[in-house]
Amino acid sequence: MDKLIRVNDEPLPWEEKLNINRILELKNYTFKMLVIKVNGKLVKKDQYDKFFIPPGADIKVIHLISGG
Amino acid sequence: MRDIKSVFFSHHDPDLLPAIRKAVIGIAGAGGLGSNVAFTLARVGIGTLIIADHDSVDITNLNRQQYFLDQVGDVKVEALKINLKRINPFSEYIMHNVEINENNIPTLFDRAQILIEAFDRAEMKKMLIETWTAHYPQRPIIVASGLAGFGKSEKIHIRQFENLFVVGDEESELKPKISPMAPRVGIVANMQANLALELIIKKKR
Repeated sequence: MDKLIRVNDEPLPWEEKLNINRILELKNYTFKMLVIKVNGKLVKKDQYDKFFIPPGADIKVIHLISGG
Repeated sequence: MRDIKSVFFSHHDPDLLPAIRKAVIGIAGAGGLGSNVAFTLARVGIGTLIIADHDSVDITNLNRQQYFLDQVGDVKVEALKINLKRINPFSEYIMHNVEINENNIPTLFDRAQILIEAFDRAEMKKMLIETWTAHYPQRPIIVASGLAGFGKSEKIHIRQFENLFVVGDEESELKPKISPMAPRVGIVANMQANLALELIIKKKR
């Protein structure tokens, strides 16, 4: 069974023990100031290595840029 | 003769006015984004605006912020309140001259049904999103990200993530020591205000 997840609407293969840090690495996201939502719920930075992504998850990575 | 208040609102859409006059909107920051959002929402006639900032008006702010030369040195929220009342004295402006942090956000903005993020620094934007979402998951927050430079108006968009809305191009980074410029700050601020208005009237998006 193909267990894809979606990161900013792009498909990515799911794997065991996939955490947020690994996703940022796979996607080459190097921005510092991010807000991340997994299935609509906000995941804070101190959870990036502990929070395991469930198969089929919808992940949104929002990049916050200074200026206002 | 009609009183000045009813004349002021006589060209507002009467179908929309009750929701507009009842609305309470929070604005976190009174700089480039916040002062522009506030000007627009005061003209719209939003019933109550709650605005917090701890800065004073600096002459370098005048390139994009809704203050005047004779207000340089004044406390921003006090100067802004004067300016808003000169446009529309019929709304309530609750001003807080404080530095916003994760502890005082729920107190300052408890009455706000929508919060508009109007900070400069990205880490403050993130703090505001995390604090607001934790306290008020059902209430929308409208954030700005990516407004530096000029032109490229068509790149500015809105993305929605449940009750989190992001307005901006999500890519333009500031150059060190260079301010955003009035046109793009104004566009983003007015898109934030327009979205808040839409949410107040339609209740969802």
